[in-house]
Amino acid sequence: MSKQAQHWEKTRGLLMVTLAIWFVFSIGIFLFGAEMNSTTGPFGYPLTYWFTCQGSLGIFVILIFWFANRQEKIDEEFGFSERGDD
Amino acid sequence: MKGNFIDNLPKVYGIYTGGFLAFIIIMAIGEQMGMTSKAIGICFVAFTVAIYAIIGWLSRTAQADAYYVAGRQVPTVFNGMATAADWMSGASFVAMAGGIYFKGYGYMALLVGWTGGYVLVATLLAPYLRKFGCYTVPDFIGTRYGGNLTRFLAVVVLTVASFTYVTAQINATGTIASVALDIPFQYAVYVGLVSILLCSMLGGMRGVTWTQVAQYIVLIIAYLLPVFWISNKIGAGFFPHFMLADEVARIGELEQQFGFVKNSAADLANVPKGLAGITKAHSAVNATPWAFISLALAMMMGTASLPHVMMRYFTTPSVKAARKSVGWSLFFIFLLYSSAPMLATLSKLSLMDPSLPTGIIGKSIADVQAIDWYQNWNAANLMFVSDFNGNGTLELNEFFMGGKAVVLATPEIAGLPYVISGLVAAGGMAAAMSTADGLILAIANAISHDVYYKIIDSKAETAKRLVVARVLLVVIGFAGATIAAMEIQGILGSVIWAFDFAMSGLFFPLVLGVWWKRANREGAIAGMALGLLSGMGYLIWVRNGGSGFLGITQLTFGIFGSAVSLVSMVVVSLITSEPNAATQRMVDEVRIPSGRSIIGKQ
Repeated sequence: MSKQAQHWEKTRGLLMVTLAIWFVFSIGIFLFGAEMNSTTGPFGYPLTYWFTCQGSLGIFVILIFWFANRQEKIDEEFGFSERGDD
Repeated sequence: MKGNFIDNLPKVYGIYTGGFLAFIIIMAIGEQMGMTSKAIGICFVAFTVAIYAIIGWLSRTAQADAYYVAGRQVPTVFNGMATAADWMSGASFVAMAGGIYFKGYGYMALLVGWTGGYVLVATLLAPYLRKFGCYTVPDFIGTRYGGNLTRFLAVVVLTVASFTYVTAQINATGTIASVALDIPFQYAVYVGLVSILLCSMLGGMRGVTWTQVAQYIVLIIAYLLPVFWISNKIGAGFFPHFMLADEVARIGELEQQFGFVKNSAADLANVPKGLAGITKAHSAVNATPWAFISLALAMMMGTASLPHVMMRYFTTPSVKAARKSVGWSLFFIFLLYSSAPMLATLSKLSLMDPSLPTGIIGKSIADVQAIDWYQNWNAANLMFVSDFNGNGTLELNEFFMGGKAVVLATPEIAGLPYVISGLVAAGGMAAAMSTADGLILAIANAISHDVYYKIIDSKAETAKRLVVARVLLVVIGFAGATIAAMEIQGILGSVIWAFDFAMSGLFFPLVLGVWWKRANREGAIAGMALGLLSGMGYLIWVRNGGSGFLGITQLTFGIFGSAVSLVSMVVVSLITSEPNAATQRMVDEVRIPSGRSIIGKQ
């Protein structure tokens, strides 16, 4: 397999993992919104309420930075990263 | 601007932020010394708009690269701030806390959707479109799929979506300008428009970038300061985001105690249009999973298809920077979005809790009607009480408020000085202006670059192209303002429609352009045309009394449109021939960050 094909395969793998996490916190947990809300979540808020106010939103922020770092590593591994820093 | 401007950015905006805080303090002192509230309002709006205009003037340019993509040298963090201002519209600023206040859980889907969409932007699109090196979103579609028809269809979808959105923003600037400057709305709309054009006319994307950073700083201070202040004032906690659990629980108790009494239709007929009472639980789950998820999903896919956001990532220095920049954008958006539910909580508790001095539920109607702020906001048609059951006391179901009042009136209700209300007006203006600028620029650039330069006259000189771009900017701005002045639909409704239009026509053509090599021109044409038409058809059908299906409403019609778009794009691509070797090589090139961009420097 060519270097480029391997790079793309790893990139696609990372995409799948990222989208899976995204799916859980944007869609998955809200299938059980009513059930989860009777539990107490962080800082004492009802759990589902907390996810809609802060939890899911914050997880998305962290997820994007994590994804960006992982993708940079993949690019470097195959010598496809750009020269110079931003 | 000098060459080292980019290196000096932190210093420049640091001084700017300090200057703005000093201005707030001067206004506060002015208030103590007897400045009228009207003068304070005018100062806030005039001062901030003047600063944006100066930035717009300093960013003037005659180069295509600077005009279309800010010279591709905007650092990640600053691009994040600019995107956040671009993204958070007048609706986010003025209407979001109100939506949460009145509708609770069902509305929170918008918070999840408008943030989760950035994960799709970062993973599926932004870095690849940056590598492509395009000036506009239709530029990508036109080059990837080939042919003028694809380019033209992309411009059509972009224009339909962005124009729907921009009228709402010009409407919002007009509303704020008319209140702050005390002039009729019909004229205020044009005052708003001129302010918007001052930022973008001379400098294009470069001007818009640096004004948006300035606007973000104003709007985030204007949003967070009252939230923290009120929270401390009523003793709810010095850091509201982590400390309002008791208040949320208390609202639940009060809801139980007062009960949600349903008003009769005859009673409701007396309530002014646009005002609502508290009829939904604050923190309980009151929507079905599908209602919540479908709205969140529509907003997420719409986010990834809206061109004015995508084009912000064309301005970063590298592909790597584009990815990081999406993270920063969402971080800056998170600061405001996570505060909106807190503001809604504080606002509701201030009004509901009889044990707080500001609480009005349970007081006598005559007492409430005598309160100063009630009289002001009642005169502005944003508050209303009526003794439906005739017992002389105000019940929960007898108090009505406009959605905007949660942000605009809460500082006054909680007894904060007027200077905060002036600050909030400046923040709302900044939010609406920055979004309007991004949208008008997206439309004008698409028409000038993709229709005029790429399709009509590919030999046009840069100077002529930029003249065309600026003329279009003014024409589109005036068209938007004229429609806004007619006040056809509410701010929030038209914002949500814009997302649905964008996702119907653009989501799959964009994503598959990068992720599916087999996607071809015929498929893209089918995907854009059928997607947009079916989405629009569904909206018209439901608006005219159609029952809809699968629980897809007029707010989520993009789910139907994009499904049609996906199916038709895949089917048509597969029954027609695969893209030629050159196109396939181009897709391979897009997928790696290093190397030259696909569209060379022009």
